[in-house]
Amino acid sequence: MTETSVPERPLLRVNNIEVIYDHVILVLKGVSLEVPEGGVITLLGANGAGKTTTLKAISNLLQSERGEITKGSIEYQGQPIGKWSAPDLVKRGICQVMEGRHCFGHLTVEENLLTGAYTRRDGRAEIQRDLDMVYSYFPRILERRRASAGYVSGGEQQMTVIGRALMARPKLILLDEPSMGLAPQLVEEIFEIVRRLNAQEGVSFLIAEQNATIALRYGSHGYVLENGRVVMDGEASVLSQNEDVKEFYLGLGASGRKSYRDVKFYRRRKRWLT
Amino acid sequence: MLFALEVAISGLLSGIMYSLVALGFVLIFKASGVFNFAQGAMVLCAALTFVRLLELGVPFWIAAGITLIVMMVLAVVIERIVLRPLVNQPLIILFMATIGLNFFLEGLAQGVWDAQVHGLQLGIDDLPWEPLANSTGMLISIFDLSAALICGVLVASLGVFFHKGRIGRALRAVADDHQAAMAVGIPLQHIWAIVWAAAGIVALVAGALWGQRLGVQFSISLVALKALPVLILGGLNSISGVIVGGLLIGAGEKLAEVYLGPIIGGGIENWFAYLLAMVFLLFKPYGLFGEEIIERV
Repeated sequence: MTETSVPERPLLRVNNIEVIYDHVILVLKGVSLEVPEGGVITLLGANGAGKTTTLKAISNLLQSERGEITKGSIEYQGQPIGKWSAPDLVKRGICQVMEGRHCFGHLTVEENLLTGAYTRRDGRAEIQRDLDMVYSYFPRILERRRASAGYVSGGEQQMTVIGRALMARPKLILLDEPSMGLAPQLVEEIFEIVRRLNAQEGVSFLIAEQNATIALRYGSHGYVLENGRVVMDGEASVLSQNEDVKEFYLGLGASGRKSYRDVKFYRRRKRWLT
Repeated sequence: MLFALEVAISGLLSGIMYSLVALGFVLIFKASGVFNFAQGAMVLCAALTFVRLLELGVPFWIAAGITLIVMMVLAVVIERIVLRPLVNQPLIILFMATIGLNFFLEGLAQGVWDAQVHGLQLGIDDLPWEPLANSTGMLISIFDLSAALICGVLVASLGVFFHKGRIGRALRAVADDHQAAMAVGIPLQHIWAIVWAAAGIVALVAGALWGQRLGVQFSISLVALKALPVLILGGLNSISGVIVGGLLIGAGEKLAEVYLGPIIGGGIENWFAYLLAMVFLLFKPYGLFGEEIIERV
């Protein structure tokens, strides 16, 4: 059997899922995407497009917000994840870093990191080793490790929660809006670390992001969500050259700045077409 | 002067008995942000089970063990039936659920056992401690002293449990942020079952000690009312605050009764704690040791 006869199985495959909140609010209307082993995939879209919902559907945090996957399926390493709870998923290697950081404010930075290792049973030495690994990627939080996480800066909190996810030894990190509320330079620093984690530790990433410029620069493949649907996807380099993406997400219109009315009209038309 | 000291000490010691009840509230509030209205009913449940087992002729420690197991099973059942379906609902809904649970447990305990008054003897005499009485003339009850000691040990071990190790960290993480805790793989269900079980153990100890003092009957669940001012003084989410709050209230009400009583009329002991709580609510609503909500600027 040759290599090519076996179709490569992606790490994560989302098949046409539909998500309804509270039994009435239809948020995702058929989203499909794939994350290959070792990929950095970005999920673009405006507020309310369904990025966070997609990530929470994967990590099974929807239930607690009374959301429900009503159609479609999600496969992780070829297995459907339907019945696994959030802790089960963490054990199997999917870890979500939620939007807005969500540090445990009254715990110290180091305790925050250690909570990430809750599901692990491989002993203190291994956990200590990973703690050192996290500090080597985020030397900034090493200095603040005894401080209450509620009092450290936004950037340090973001680093803490990414580090916390790493402590679970994940294969896939779902990173929700890492740039939120951070200075551009810090955002760059965090994405740079994401790239290194991907290359050196082999962690795959699915990143939901509004800052399309930076997300497409660091991602290999991108999906554009609009109103609960994937309206476009492709290689990051191709997407960033696409006229529509330039127009709506990168703010680089070919014909100069458009009036908002035209933009709205254009978007409405486009939605009908897709 | 010696008399004042004697009043203060016996006040402090009875304050510890309030702390013991308040402790159960704090455990659950810390871990789930829920004010457990049913804590008083849990005290009743534990005390009644314990005393009835003793009356059936079960040896003391075995009865204590069985009651302990009953309280733990109860915790798991409560988590399954009441808390789990209400995950991520507004806290007020969980609070309402505990009110319902309160009535249910009161009924259940009295239905399974009975509603009579039962005397409970723990084998600790409620008599003055002789060495102290002989040397200084102060009359301090042995029972009060033992209760304080038991309470101290309980608080210390709970403090260690909450602050060290994997489970303690997870407990505090859940207290801070449910969703984030779930996202890092901490199963809320286990954590909640653990704290409700811990609150059940505290309820058993409180129920046994208060049971000897008051007799085991329905009114024992009302000691929870005395725990409320303690909570307000100490802060709803601080274990050490509960102790300090209990001491302040215990000593305060006894001293007020003895020294203010003759001036403004007796019966101060009954309302003094609530007055103190109200003053605290006005000037220090988080209590002495309560965690203020951290807001980054």
